[in-house]
Amino acid sequence: MLPPRPKRPWDRTPPSERDYFDVLGEGLVVHRVPLRSKGPERGFSPPSAWIHIAPDGRIRAFTGKVEVGQGTRTALSLAVAEELRVPLERVELVMGDTDLCPWDMGTFGSRSMPDALPALREVAATARAALIERASMAAGGSGTPGEAVDGEVRPPGRSRGTPYAELVRGRREVVPVGPTPPLTRAEDWRVAGHPALDPHARDVVTGRRTFVSDLRLPAMHWGAILRPPRIGARLVRVDGARAEARPGVRFVREGEFAGVVAPSPFEARAALADVEAEWEESPQPREDEAEAFLRAHPRNGDGWEVRSDSDGDPDGILAHADRSIEVTYRTAYIAHVPLETRTAVAEWTGPRLTVWVGTQTPFRARDHVAEALGLAVEDVRVIVPYTGSGFGGKHGGDVSLAAARLARAAGAPVAVTFSREEEFRFGYFRPMALIDVRAAVNRDGRLAAWVFHNVNAGSAGLGSPYRVRDYRIDNELSVSPLPQGAYRSLAANTNNFAREVAIDELAGLAEIDPLAFRERNLEDERLLAVLRSAAERAGWSGWVRSAGRGHGLAVGLEKEGRVATVAEVSVGADRSVHVDRLVTAFEAGAIVHPENLRNQVEGAAMMAIGGALFESIHFRDGRILNPRLSQYRVPRFSDLPELDTILIDRKDLPPVGGGETPMIAVAPAIANAIFDASGIRRRALPLLVDGKLPRR
Amino acid sequence: MAGKGAGGRAARGVRLTVNGEPVTVSGSPERHLLEALRVDLGRTGTKYGCGEGECGACTVLVDGTPTPACQVPIRELQGADVRTIEGMATGDRLNPAQQAFVETGAFQCGFCTPGMVVRATALLDRNPDPSEADIREALEPHLCRCGANARIVRAVRRASEIARGDRMRGP
Repeated sequence: MLPPRPKRPWDRTPPSERDYFDVLGEGLVVHRVPLRSKGPERGFSPPSAWIHIAPDGRIRAFTGKVEVGQGTRTALSLAVAEELRVPLERVELVMGDTDLCPWDMGTFGSRSMPDALPALREVAATARAALIERASMAAGGSGTPGEAVDGEVRPPGRSRGTPYAELVRGRREVVPVGPTPPLTRAEDWRVAGHPALDPHARDVVTGRRTFVSDLRLPAMHWGAILRPPRIGARLVRVDGARAEARPGVRFVREGEFAGVVAPSPFEARAALADVEAEWEESPQPREDEAEAFLRAHPRNGDGWEVRSDSDGDPDGILAHADRSIEVTYRTAYIAHVPLETRTAVAEWTGPRLTVWVGTQTPFRARDHVAEALGLAVEDVRVIVPYTGSGFGGKHGGDVSLAAARLARAAGAPVAVTFSREEEFRFGYFRPMALIDVRAAVNRDGRLAAWVFHNVNAGSAGLGSPYRVRDYRIDNELSVSPLPQGAYRSLAANTNNFAREVAIDELAGLAEIDPLAFRERNLEDERLLAVLRSAAERAGWSGWVRSAGRGHGLAVGLEKEGRVATVAEVSVGADRSVHVDRLVTAFEAGAIVHPENLRNQVEGAAMMAIGGALFESIHFRDGRILNPRLSQYRVPRFSDLPELDTILIDRKDLPPVGGGETPMIAVAPAIANAIFDASGIRRRALPLLVDGKLPRR
Repeated sequence: MAGKGAGGRAARGVRLTVNGEPVTVSGSPERHLLEALRVDLGRTGTKYGCGEGECGACTVLVDGTPTPACQVPIRELQGADVRTIEGMATGDRLNPAQQAFVETGAFQCGFCTPGMVVRATALLDRNPDPSEADIREALEPHLCRCGANARIVRAVRRASEIARGDRMRGP
């Protein structure tokens, strides 16, 4: 089961001391060593990467990123295949294994394309050059170097050459990436940038793909975690005697942690019900007072960025403006709802621990588990198998730690899988937030002042792409009534919702079409390009203003990607709302994997409909009131609009991430379309209450 | 129930067939088919998503009917014919729904796919030429959190073309 293990994790070992060949076998290794790196290579951008070409023809490339359904496995493999001149199927990408892969901060923030991609391209391109050189030397070292084609090096003018496998036979050679790796320009790509299918799709449709929750180790047991009845409750007394009286059950308590291990999930749940616990509870903020609570309880960042920026005198202008708005936008807590719940399997081999877990941050999970259990980091290995989606909800190492504790006590491998209810109650949410906007327009339809202050959303997307001389933008963070954390595109969703609805309101005040108003006030040419492209495809012709039907648009510039969305909605006589069509134009530099990017854009649109229209966590006295899929509505097939997606391929620009930014213009475009259809200006997400559009 | 053992266990177990193979499931008769498949029988293609029949990830065919395996206690399955995602292909040959999901790239993480494929297979058995509305209605009990829904609808449409093509060519 366990893949071979190096003496020490390679990210913790200086490049010259890594036992690459003991683990991978003979062959050629090319690695990218960040300049100035000695020892642990963390925090460098682009980060490390390595590649191994074996005498049996196997090609393995290593990255610390993980695949949780966003398709980077295939996208990154395409780039490696391109540089190495091999078919996609030949590339095996080893991801998210903390023993074998380069250190990585985590798979979030759309960093796989800007960080992992260039590093992998560099090692693959350097490997190609090294193989050509080997072939040339084998041929006597004189004459024109050969060409790498389809996994072999062909001498000039020949149609057959020497396979890579043969060129690396009997060698144990490590080549570092030089200062100018021979990268292939995007314009010349023949594999990357072209349509490709996931080579492992067959496993998906036959049920053979092994997700974390599908792992089965010999003698594996099942764990269940004792949970507090509500947020803020502390364990005072616990008695596991009755649970342990059940056959094969072990009760475990370590400090605040308590749980059981049993031979099956059913028995684990039954045993957990027999654990008697007493909790000390503390008062918690109510949902209806949460907004006031956020304003009244500022906190310092705790790792979240606080930004502020200003110029000119926006307050002075606002004091005398005759066309201005002063409004507050709101967003509710929402949940990620990855279809596979959090899962970890832990196995101890002597003092060393291996955890297979669905996490977006394997290295952070490793450090967290090691620290909590008093282990050397070298003795913990975290491996991320295929994972049933994340959306920012699977950061950290809590489930890993629980599985590790239970496995240690049980003396057997233990799997812990959250129930759906645990996923809701003991995960974290996209923050509830308030955004106060004060802004003014001139008579000629230009922004005159912009004051944008958000409470508890986060800083991403705070900066505005609209030209204005007098402005102030800032954010603050709050003590949160519910646990909060990362989410796909996190604060960019919230900030963009507020900004793009505010822009629509200002366009209305200026009596200018929202498309023309944006064109007049935007300056980024790439953003204008996606805006025009989406508007044209949607057949934008100004406000519809007809009862029951409307359209709205919004743009976003985030993580170097540019997006514009046009939404068409219908509002029923019963004030139900359906999104009929979403046109999205997206530009993210050069496109590496077009079909996957399209899939991401469509998926982001679909997911965003939930947060826009109906998703909202309800709570009272520290309890989540809707912790089930029958109570927390997420988008279904009946919500699916016509999706019209335009991808703009800028081969002259480096590829950036595509999983997040396509999401951020959806909610404001829908809000603006609802206004167009109904005259009702909604400034809160979700836009509907109990499935209907409120009267105001 | 006669023969119920000390720990609430069904002494003789429940006999059923899974993908045509006779199996006996023992343990508490209140356990759900989903756990029996995933844990006792090691058929992990059927997924847990919610435990209340709201997500469709655990859809299997019970006597030909698409059913959430998380909602069926094994005591109800004496003599039942259960077909799971592992039983959709014939040897190496994918069924039309499977083939169409591969061709159209109708997934992202793939966790919902087995349930969708089982549903699509059942739909096409009943209705070889479903309209877009028929397809959406059949898939309504299923969630795809990655939002590949548009592709999934396309995949099922494609699957019906493949299936009808197969039928015309004969066995």
